Amino acid sequence: MASNAQDIEKIVGREYAAGFFTEIDQDTVPPGLDEDTIRLISAKKNEPEWMLEWRLKAFARFQQMREPNWAHVEYPPIDFQAISYYSAPKSDKDRPQSLDEVDPKLLETYEKLGIPLEEQKMLAGVAVDAVFDSVSVHTTFRDKLAEAGVIFCSFSEAVHEHPELIQKYLGSVVPVTDNFYAALNSAVFTDGSFVYIPKNTRCPMELSTYFRINAMNTGQFERTLVIADEGSYVSYLEGCTAPMRDENQLHAAVVELVALDDAEIKYSTVQNWYPGDEEGRGGIYNFVTKRGDCRGARSKISWTQVETGSAITWKYPSCVLKGENSVGEFYSVALTNNLQQADTGTKMVHLGRGTRSTIVSKGISAGRSQNAYRGLVRIAAAAEGARNYTQCDSLLLGDRSAAHTFPYIECRNPSAQVEHEASTSRISDDQLFYLRSRGIGQEDAVNMIVNGFCKEVFKELPMEFAVEAQKLLGISLEGAVG
Amino acid sequence: MLEIKNLHAEVDGKPILRGIDLTVRPGETHAIMGPNGSGKSTLSHVLAGRDGYTVTEGSVSFNGKQLLDLEPEERAGEGVFLAFQYPVEIPGVNNVYMLKAALNGIRAYRGEKELSAVDFLKLVKSRVKAVGLDESLLNRPVNEGFSGGEKKRNEVFQMSVLEPRLAILDETDSGLDIDALKAVAEGVNALRDAARSFIVVTHYQRLLDYIVPDYVHVLSKGRIIKSGGKELALELEARGYDWLTSEAA
Repeated sequence: MASNAQDIEKIVGREYAAGFFTEIDQDTVPPGLDEDTIRLISAKKNEPEWMLEWRLKAFARFQQMREPNWAHVEYPPIDFQAISYYSAPKSDKDRPQSLDEVDPKLLETYEKLGIPLEEQKMLAGVAVDAVFDSVSVHTTFRDKLAEAGVIFCSFSEAVHEHPELIQKYLGSVVPVTDNFYAALNSAVFTDGSFVYIPKNTRCPMELSTYFRINAMNTGQFERTLVIADEGSYVSYLEGCTAPMRDENQLHAAVVELVALDDAEIKYSTVQNWYPGDEEGRGGIYNFVTKRGDCRGARSKISWTQVETGSAITWKYPSCVLKGENSVGEFYSVALTNNLQQADTGTKMVHLGRGTRSTIVSKGISAGRSQNAYRGLVRIAAAAEGARNYTQCDSLLLGDRSAAHTFPYIECRNPSAQVEHEASTSRISDDQLFYLRSRGIGQEDAVNMIVNGFCKEVFKELPMEFAVEAQKLLGISLEGAVG
Repeated sequence: MLEIKNLHAEVDGKPILRGIDLTVRPGETHAIMGPNGSGKSTLSHVLAGRDGYTVTEGSVSFNGKQLLDLEPEERAGEGVFLAFQYPVEIPGVNNVYMLKAALNGIRAYRGEKELSAVDFLKLVKSRVKAVGLDESLLNRPVNEGFSGGEKKRNEVFQMSVLEPRLAILDETDSGLDIDALKAVAEGVNALRDAARSFIVVTHYQRLLDYIVPDYVHVLSKGRIIKSGGKELALELEARGYDWLTSEAA
């Protein structure tokens, strides 16, 4: 019998299933980054003056900042002048009114990915705002949402139609100066999603956005802003895949969530960007800033993420718990294979009294990958009675992968309770043999053990997303054992 | 059915089995007894296909197939079942879900159709009663937080659903009190029939009061040094292993 280490290599060594490239005429600006680039982007989007000013300010700050290097990841220097900062499908100006008017190639791409823009989705009760490269192509269910007073639209539209909300909240959670990539995004972001849930409203359906990076050498810079007004609730789903390309593609999104008094936001991500090939060629750099602000009393923000893609993942969906008795949650599965690198985790910043947070992180490393959990729990002096529970588990497959844990705890209030549990394990030969002796093939046995390991996180996902996530893990692990 | 010929196996270059010959016919129950370190568990594991053992000599044929050439899951497909001495905990994996995957894996190996969810559930309901397993354990993660007795009962329950042709019980009595032992033995006895064979590996005679074997073999230093009927077990109980091991030496 082959040794388990080799077996696992085989299952992990599986080709990226969503790797194809769609030929569509792109309206792309030449590579390069200066003030003129930003003016051009703003002009193409026909933006109001205040938006351009905001971008230029961000750009000025960006120019004074340095690329951070503290993460446990390695990559060649990025030439920010070699990236093209704007790319939109040509049909942008006369936006299609129905699916019939949409470029069939585009629809084909979505079809291959199994992204349901069609009527079936109405039955499933999900509205889809699909971002194809930088411009929203199609948005469904707007009417139904409008009835409830919910605003769900592309970011560009929101700039024109809801300037007061954008001006009030944009950059209020992630300031332009927050970090290098957030500053870059603020200067050059092209589009994204905007959600506003009015007071005491439960959003009538789960909202989802699918992102897809397609154009060669085009960094994609999404901007997402979700605002849940007092007493409201929304569940937002985000799923991503990308076609197979050789160039490394930079992705530096910013997601801002704001929850006012008694509001709840549930933000779920299943992410499957092209991770590069077995030798680590190609693949997406995913440097994302995601932060939620529990601004109101008793508000709650919950991040759930399943990450299997990207060559390099660098993200820390975080919660700032300002409101009294507000709650932050972070549930994460991060799987790395081949030469993938992930440095991911969360920050829970407790500012208000009686604030609570829960962190459950599951890292799975296969191949020669590096998987790091980095988490910060900060309890401020005013956070009387704050509580945090952190559980951080790593599972290693094979004998050439690595798992790292970097927990930071800063506690300035003696009444706070902070708990941290961590474990690192291998898929044990005992478990594998037990299942195989029952008649379950090796690959299925590994999937079963890995899915069992992730169960606490999967159960936090909306039903159909949980199924998708399990499939994704299976695909990502195929060849890892065999 | 099962024919073991001159089986030699080693772990890390250290010989453990040193020439085992054993024939098991359909419907027979064979007890393998012996002192600690005699190779009892190694024999069970080698038959089920566990990694880490090197077979250096000999053969094992099972219903005409060379068992040692098969992967563990293929052996299960052929009808071999190992009840573990220490059943393994698998966090997050539902007990019944695992069993369904196992049964359908075996059926697929045999070219049979998958059992529908309804039929599977019916089967589970009937078997769970027969072995007296607490139903609440069905939807718990495999063996996680089970008591020692519950774990062993779960093994017998899995066996009753998978319906093996040859069941190997590896020290199933270890760590059980007398009530649990009786219950487990009853479960096993209910599965005995003219076609199904058992190899019962045990250190103590006690289990054989309840699962009465047709043959008893004494294993010492990797060889079968004495075989006999069920009365041999009683003799061992009375006299210990020493008289045999010194006789053999």
